[in-house]
Amino acid sequence: MSAALDPIRVRVRVTSPRLAVTLGIVLVLFGAASIGIAYVVVSGMLDGHWYDFRDLGLGMAHLREWLNEVNAGQPAALSAFLGDQWISYITGALLGATGILTFFGLLLLILVWVERRLIGRIQVRKGPNRVGPFGLLQPVADALKLIQKEVLIPIGADRFMFYLPPVLVFIPGLLVWAVVPWAPNMNYLDTNVGVIYLIAISSTATLAIFMAGWASNNHYALLGAMRTVAMMISYEIPLSLALLMVVLMTGSMQLSTIVQWQVDHHVWLGMLMPLALFTFFFSSTAELNRTPNDIAEAESEIVAGFHTEYSGMKFGLFYAVELGNAVAVGAFVAAFFLGGWSLFGLETWIPPYLIFAAKAFGGYFVLVWLRGTLPRFRLDQLMSFAWKYLIPISLLQVLLVAIEVTAMRYMHFPDFVELSLVGAANLAFTIFIVRAWATFLGYRPEREQVLKPTMAKQMGGLRAAEEMRTR
Amino acid sequence: MDHLDQLFGTYAAVFAATIAGFILVVTALIASRLLAPFSVERNKGTSYECGMLPLRRAQTSIGMRYYLYAILFIIFDVEAVFIFPWALSYVEVGPMAYYEMLVFIGILAAGLAYAWKKGALKWQ
Repeated sequence: MSAALDPIRVRVRVTSPRLAVTLGIVLVLFGAASIGIAYVVVSGMLDGHWYDFRDLGLGMAHLREWLNEVNAGQPAALSAFLGDQWISYITGALLGATGILTFFGLLLLILVWVERRLIGRIQVRKGPNRVGPFGLLQPVADALKLIQKEVLIPIGADRFMFYLPPVLVFIPGLLVWAVVPWAPNMNYLDTNVGVIYLIAISSTATLAIFMAGWASNNHYALLGAMRTVAMMISYEIPLSLALLMVVLMTGSMQLSTIVQWQVDHHVWLGMLMPLALFTFFFSSTAELNRTPNDIAEAESEIVAGFHTEYSGMKFGLFYAVELGNAVAVGAFVAAFFLGGWSLFGLETWIPPYLIFAAKAFGGYFVLVWLRGTLPRFRLDQLMSFAWKYLIPISLLQVLLVAIEVTAMRYMHFPDFVELSLVGAANLAFTIFIVRAWATFLGYRPEREQVLKPTMAKQMGGLRAAEEMRTR
Repeated sequence: MDHLDQLFGTYAAVFAATIAGFILVVTALIASRLLAPFSVERNKGTSYECGMLPLRRAQTSIGMRYYLYAILFIIFDVEAVFIFPWALSYVEVGPMAYYEMLVFIGILAAGLAYAWKKGALKWQ
């Protein structure tokens, strides 16, 4: 092509393919190392045992014990400073972090395909089906495309604050997976303040989102960020109150104990407290900015909300975290309300982590379903719903649950009777308060005039339509 | 050494995961920096505003109503932090804890009702 046909001269710097090849080799080596470590741990080459596939956590525990025995004679100076078992702790932490990272990466790759196919099916179209069999390689193509796109920085942007948010959003998205209880022994971080950890980590993302909107120097981005922050902080309160009911009932903030409580009592907390389950799920959709509540990035109003100005890999990180967090919400709904890794005795036959994954993906499927079905709420409706509806009735429900816990402590009926009574009382209260509070707020469905949709022409043009509207 | 062990058992894990996540993100960003084309063209950095040139700087002030929600949020979030320890020790303390929490939540609810009455929750 001659220079005359190409009047806009742009200096383009494309790096050699050698770098791409090097990167590919590094990735392959990483994958091979992960598979090798998993093989060594699972196959029991370490001390000659064959570890049961039903419990991957057992292999980890054995590895730790073995490391502790090996390191009995470590230098005293280090153990005085770092504790006695620091080698096994650090090894365990590194292995677990690698595991979470690998899982998260694979999950994100799969989810892009799953979500687009499901939404396509709901909207009666095919979804991606060109790249590879059933379009399965679409996420890989997407990732390669995103990584090759130029990252633009808008004029007048706060450059440092513009660089930070993708990192700050991604790390909490990864860290919430640390407390997920996959199986009886299988959780990366089994801390006794698990619920608080979860709330704290997940609310960090709000800051990053506001930073992104502010630094972009774009009206849409700032509007989106303001809306997001207002919505996320409002819905954090019903979310904490729903978790508070769980903590009150089980008497623990440790996620493994909460699941164990449900296993011991042969009940799912979602059955005992339907209001808490609904509140948690609805608030989570607001925290995730997903469709019933996606005013933060409403593409028909404000272009893409807080990440309007982000392009290339930075946009890719925002997108990936959104998908990953959706499954994380599914996982926490499963752990708190749907019995975690238990399935009424089946967990002795099926690996518990598979049951848990099935429940988590079930929750994720409901989220995708909502996205394909519901329209978007208005911002003022959403805020009113949080402050005037969810928070008061959640507070009342917390007080009721406290009474029930006291009653369960002082009466000595069989477990089954007690829990049935509690479940029935909560269900009755939920039905009553949902109707009563809606009536209190002025919702009178029987007094609503049902207007049949009529063609404006039949009604006599725009003037008649206006008359109908103001009547 | 017990508390040190516990510290390492729990928070070394968080630290390791943070570092792993940081390495992943930075790798992705550096890879895109190396692989993506890069060109000098000033007008590409114009911020997006329906195709027209942007009117003025976007980093302006923020609507007052968002501040009202933020203030209410702080009150209720601190309250949640107070209620969680109560929920844990509630069964041991006995019925007295219930009445105390009733008073606490009552004061909060009165605050919410006041804000509601004053119109802080109305979106005008």
